Amino acid sequence: MSFINYSSREINCKIVYYGPGLCGKTTNLQYVYAKTNPDAKGKMISLATETERTLFFDFLPLSLGEIRGFKTRFHLYTVPGQVFYDASRKLILKGVDGVVFVADSQIERMEANLESVENLRVNLGEQGYDLDKIPYVVQYNKRDLPNVATVDELRRLINPRGVPEYQAVAPTGVGVFDTLKAVAKLVLTELKRGA
Amino acid sequence: MNSGLVMYEEEFRLIAGICDRLTRDANAKVVFLVDKNGQLISSSGQAQNLDTTSLASLTAGNVAAMGGLAKLIGEKEFPNQFHEGERESLHMSIVGGRVVLVVIFDAKSSLGLVRLRVKKAGEELGKVFDGLAKKQTAPGAASPFAEITDDDIDNLFSE
Repeated sequence: MSFINYSSREINCKIVYYGPGLCGKTTNLQYVYAKTNPDAKGKMISLATETERTLFFDFLPLSLGEIRGFKTRFHLYTVPGQVFYDASRKLILKGVDGVVFVADSQIERMEANLESVENLRVNLGEQGYDLDKIPYVVQYNKRDLPNVATVDELRRLINPRGVPEYQAVAPTGVGVFDTLKAVAKLVLTELKRGA
Repeated sequence: MNSGLVMYEEEFRLIAGICDRLTRDANAKVVFLVDKNGQLISSSGQAQNLDTTSLASLTAGNVAAMGGLAKLIGEKEFPNQFHEGERESLHMSIVGGRVVLVVIFDAKSSLGLVRLRVKKAGEELGKVFDGLAKKQTAPGAASPFAEITDDDIDNLFSE
């Protein structure tokens, strides 16, 4: 849920990275954090287990620049991907403005991808959002690995509606900023449309 | 989709005034107000050295998690929370179901005093937010984004 502050002339929006466990949501945020100018970012917070699995969420505040004198700030969150953290995932979706679904391109993770997309749809629905209406992009991550499904196949299974999609290798940054820009743009367009 | 929160200059000044007064009356170090989705609305007191953005996000995460726990045991929510540290303590209370009022204090104050002052400030803030909600849904309310063009959005992403 966006927050428009006339007093400080700021627009704040919330973007959530969703996807199955170990698909690279945190890695996306870490890359954005590493490559962003210090003036444009806040501290990245990771609430993780001792084995560096996301326990509750990762959080990264980013400034994108100004639109007509309003500073645009995006708060990026990830959810914990592991199936049993569903209660936490629901909480993080509260007030979301845009969603990135990070899919693991490996063939053996296809079922996990499908389960996660379905879980996203259900959890968004519980918050009163419709996955078919909310600003939404899909990222096919881990394209550098040997055992990956074709993009056509991934699209058929995960993105039948044909929302903007990006191929990525998150640790090296391939596709990371393209994905972020795409969702940020959709969020701002939606704000303008709903204004 | 749910509509976002819009803060206007007039209400912002009212809120900042209430938070400033609470800081003084409760002998607090810092008071801040966060929306339940983790956006910082206002801060008052010695907030300069604090990472208020992170504080806001973690406050919202904490309130959301406690709200989830409350529902599991059949409560609607836990409207007040207190966390006691060695030197500094933290009091959080949910105002008007939508925002969280956070007070950080040390030995110069006490939980009793903070609770008392928070109750009054919470009532005042609740009224301001009720007014804000009405203003936002009133017919003919100025739409902040109406004049933004697609080019404005594109320009943001062209380096």
